[in-house]
Amino acid sequence: MTPLGYARPRDVADALDRAAAPGAMFIGGGTNLVDLMKLGVETPAALVDVGRLGLDRIEELAGGGLRIGAAVRNSRLAADARVRQRYPVLAEALVNGASGQLRNMATVGGNLLQRTRCAYFQDTSADCNKRVPGSGCSARAGDHRNLAILGGSPACIATHPSDMAVAMVALDAVVNVRTPAGTSRTDVRELHRLPGSTPHIETVLAAGSLIESVDLPAPVEARSTYRKVRDRASFAFAVASVAAIVQLDDRRVRDVRIALGAVAPRPWRASAAEDVIRGESPSTALFESAIAAELADAEPLRGNAYKVPLLRNLVVRVLCELCGVDPPVRSLA
Amino acid sequence: MTNFHSTIDVSVNGQRRSDEVDHRSTLLDYLREHLGLTGSKKGCDHGQCGACTVLQDGLRINSCLQLAVMADGTEVITIEGIDAEGIDAEGIHTEGIDGTVDRAGSGGGGASLQRTFVELDGLQCGYCTPGQICSAVGVIREIAAGWPSAVMEQVTDRPALTEAEVRERMSGNLCRCGAYVNIVPAILRAQELRS
Amino acid sequence: MTSLDSALEVDAERLTDADGTLLRVDGPDKVTGRAVYAAEHHFADQAYAVPVTSTIAKGMIMAIDVADAEVVAGVLTIISADHAPVLPEGDDGELRLFQSHEVAYRGQIVAAVVATSLEAAVEAAGLVRIRYDEAPADVLLRTDHPRLYAPEHVNPDFATDTTVGDVEAQLAQADVVVDATYTTPGEHNNPMEPHATIAVWDAGRLTLYDSVQGSQRARRAVAAALGIDPDDVRVVYQFVGGGFGSKGSSRPQAIVAALAAREVDRPVVCVVSRAQMFTMTGYRTPTIQRVQLGATADGRLTATAHDVWEQTSTIAEFAEQTAVATRHMYAAPGRRTTHRLVALDVPTPAWMRAPGECPGMFALESAMDELATACAIDPVELRIINEPDLDPETGTPFGDRRLVQCLRDGARRFSWAERRGRGPQRDGAWLSGVGVASSVYPARAQTSAARATAYPDGRWLVEIDAADIGTGSRTALLGYAAECLAVSADRVELRIADSALPAAMIAGGSMGAASWTWAIGKACAELQQRLDRSDGSIPALGIAVEVSTKDEVAALPDVSRFSFGAQFVEVRVNTDTGETRVPHMLGVFSAGRILNPVMARSQLIGGMTMGLSMALMEEAILDVELGYVVNHDLAQYHIATHADVPSIEVHVLDGGRSDLGRAGAQGVGEVGIVGAAAAVANAVHHATGIRVRDLPIRLDRLLPC
Repeated sequence: MTPLGYARPRDVADALDRAAAPGAMFIGGGTNLVDLMKLGVETPAALVDVGRLGLDRIEELAGGGLRIGAAVRNSRLAADARVRQRYPVLAEALVNGASGQLRNMATVGGNLLQRTRCAYFQDTSADCNKRVPGSGCSARAGDHRNLAILGGSPACIATHPSDMAVAMVALDAVVNVRTPAGTSRTDVRELHRLPGSTPHIETVLAAGSLIESVDLPAPVEARSTYRKVRDRASFAFAVASVAAIVQLDDRRVRDVRIALGAVAPRPWRASAAEDVIRGESPSTALFESAIAAELADAEPLRGNAYKVPLLRNLVVRVLCELCGVDPPVRSLA
Repeated sequence: MTNFHSTIDVSVNGQRRSDEVDHRSTLLDYLREHLGLTGSKKGCDHGQCGACTVLQDGLRINSCLQLAVMADGTEVITIEGIDAEGIDAEGIHTEGIDGTVDRAGSGGGGASLQRTFVELDGLQCGYCTPGQICSAVGVIREIAAGWPSAVMEQVTDRPALTEAEVRERMSGNLCRCGAYVNIVPAILRAQELRS
Repeated sequence: MTSLDSALEVDAERLTDADGTLLRVDGPDKVTGRAVYAAEHHFADQAYAVPVTSTIAKGMIMAIDVADAEVVAGVLTIISADHAPVLPEGDDGELRLFQSHEVAYRGQIVAAVVATSLEAAVEAAGLVRIRYDEAPADVLLRTDHPRLYAPEHVNPDFATDTTVGDVEAQLAQADVVVDATYTTPGEHNNPMEPHATIAVWDAGRLTLYDSVQGSQRARRAVAAALGIDPDDVRVVYQFVGGGFGSKGSSRPQAIVAALAAREVDRPVVCVVSRAQMFTMTGYRTPTIQRVQLGATADGRLTATAHDVWEQTSTIAEFAEQTAVATRHMYAAPGRRTTHRLVALDVPTPAWMRAPGECPGMFALESAMDELATACAIDPVELRIINEPDLDPETGTPFGDRRLVQCLRDGARRFSWAERRGRGPQRDGAWLSGVGVASSVYPARAQTSAARATAYPDGRWLVEIDAADIGTGSRTALLGYAAECLAVSADRVELRIADSALPAAMIAGGSMGAASWTWAIGKACAELQQRLDRSDGSIPALGIAVEVSTKDEVAALPDVSRFSFGAQFVEVRVNTDTGETRVPHMLGVFSAGRILNPVMARSQLIGGMTMGLSMALMEEAILDVELGYVVNHDLAQYHIATHADVPSIEVHVLDGGRSDLGRAGAQGVGEVGIVGAAAAVANAVHHATGIRVRDLPIRLDRLLPC
């Protein structure tokens, strides 16, 4: 780590000013950025600490939604009574992420903008198009067991590692962004770009933008759940996860929202699957065909092909449980 | 001219300090190398093992992932000062789901954990132990405050201090010696002693 | 039967439980943060050394550019092959640092930066620029590798290959044959305390505050590497944060610290980073194991063949004794074991908890389960049927073989027959099943010395260079010394973990308990005799007796000595996701006399926990192109955490007594991990019908693709 400047700005405008300096980066909780600085992956010249700008509040929005400050810690967000009652899928996703210690540090803004945990991105002695554009991708021929089957490109198959963001995508959350030019709003599901030939450009945000808050639209009467599959019972990144919200209407699915985690470069809204289900009568067969539609474009590699049946089983199980349909009884042998 | 150092005002184990720190120094390195408080351990330096766990403004954190300069103005409790810590929810300042906060007893909660860890042999090599104990103080507080976990049936439920809850919430603290099945009873026993 | 699960009622003042068993005597230091580990000895003018490691797996260093690094404020020196003292030729290539521009593996130390602050050393280490001429690296273990060879012996001095009878003929005639290949991945010890050394020179003498499992080997190794007299090296290691074999031998950070401290003329601390622990602190070799079992239809073994392929490095040889346990476990007229090694462009493997027995018994005990299925015999009964009267390999009697009792007792406690007979149980997406496997670990002792001193005020001092790396030896040995002296433990002071004390066996091979109690028992007995012969007056400086067990160890009768165990495991496997969980493990062990039930229980549950971890998640993921382990951190190399280990129950058979020394004790640090992974895999088979022969039992190995 090279010598480092540090500033605690007075307000958001001051923060934006300071972030305009060459090599300056925002820091929230530090759980990802400090880690990456130690690895030599990030080499900021100066840090602008946005942890104490008053962005740590959770506020009511007109109509029953909530506005979550970007500096709200993950644990506080999960513990908030309004979040637990109105958006249980978000609280569930949060408590499935990281560890108690990390949740006490990590911020909402930082969680959204955290970097992939692809081993080659984190190791400066390997090739990575995301870290060094044009250097190549060591993962494609190497270890990609936990990398993307959806939305990847020849240049990059890294996944976005967040649990929280998966729930936010399912909830149609919106980020409020400040730039020196003013404010703008972006759907969380549009926040992260697919890698294409420029995997180093990860979001739609202009350089120097600051996420100020995330808006959760007014809750709907629905059943929801977040289910995470991982290699260890706790304190491990997902190998696959699903956030699902179902509105049932008599015998039909009035609306359904499904987001998938750890299978794509961004929290993956399963729109194709939703389209198959919406308005139909819930059944195992319906859910099987819905996830099949979503996975039609999957591009699994040798090492992550298992994510195809894993996602299918997981999504079908979750939807069956939410809709009160008997799930299929599977055997492994 | 960029400044690469700052003076921080921080309370460590109840003692107010004012020290100049290199902006690159982590809170953990500040504690260990500058203050000589080596009870907080460096097991991985990347937030992946929990050995560096301390309490900051009442909450458990990984001190290896926070820059010391970011700790300016906070109150830090390490294993060296944990004996006087309460294990109620007071440090958390957040209400539970139903607006109530358990009062599980205050003061000396850290000491009761230290005692039950020895009594139930919740340690072997001891290197993860300070982090386990600091984390356990945080866990008991978080449960008392009604914070949810991944093993609750519903996140809207009020959590109880059970084996399953403790196991899930302590999972950020690795123990390679494998003392887990002694650590969890030690935490539950400490809480029994307090109440 | 000693139940080690009885609730502890504690006498807080005397630090004993209700039975009077000493609790961990260094527990209070450890739970308060007062215990000082190697890197935590602080010297006012100490400097920090940070290793720089190679980023290629094979080739030559063409240039080392330190221009940017050496100008960083606070940098004192940069050591590399361009700037280093000449060190003697030695047999441990891992310790022969900076002597060549050749790179033997990715992650090898090629330079070290020494600076007045940690921040400066880390910064400058990142600025050392090395240009390489990279050569193709060969890092993949395979059974058809052209450079496979038979080592002269396997660790430490076992025969490489053994043959009894005509195994091929027996296999050809067998009613039932199991022929299966099992693999275990590279596994990393990962003690929670990273390897660390502070080196302090004083008038040509070197003191190392080191993180090691014993000092005698360490001082010899460091002295040999530096070309100095071992008597000029002192090693102090009061608190060690786990080792599991990886601190049994000296690691390069000790050499870096010593060289740096000599050059900059001040104390130097060198701590290995967690990532560096994956290359420079040893690991368990990956193994490929073919096991062939021949049996009669009623399950009597007629043939056991265990052929093993594994790796070493190009700079030192380590040959894991993977098939050795198979030589002693079950009787059969035709028997064969072989080990083949290939030297690859990788770090040198080394000891990791139960080297040999641990991976080897995964294969053998999985194969026994396959045979039980093939013969339609209960797996517990199959093992009992094949119980030998004499050591099948040597024909010598067993010292204290109670494997059958362990199996029977465990089966009763676990309700094995009912649960196994019920077949797999379904609960929603989850299937549960049960499995069993045997555990074995040799019981040995090595020569150790100890000194016992009586003082006129009724205090006693016992000194021995024993180690406590978390094993509880500080506690168990104190209790044993008090027993020998027939006084309460608070009258006895025990000093350990310093090479200045009487030389003793390292904490390794589960030999500590027997070796150290032997010397302590002898020293205390001889001291008592001295006191009995004297007039009863003790001078102020005390009366001291120092002994060695050299003659007694050499005179041990030719008996096959082992600890045994039986492990019973319940697993749950999710049929949607392939996730495997282990709700309960139960182990019954026979290990001589248990010195301290509290410490022993912790050791055994620790071994079983690591075995669970090995079964489900531990795996060094090799990138064949880049030539290294890509998952070199604790977020990617998973070890079991709290949520993975709900319940482990341990029992030890009463009445055990080893003939190793006066205490009759055997170590229990390793036997607990042996067989655990097989028991889990066997339970997974019971639950799902899927036989996982490649560890770990990842979810993608269970999901049909």
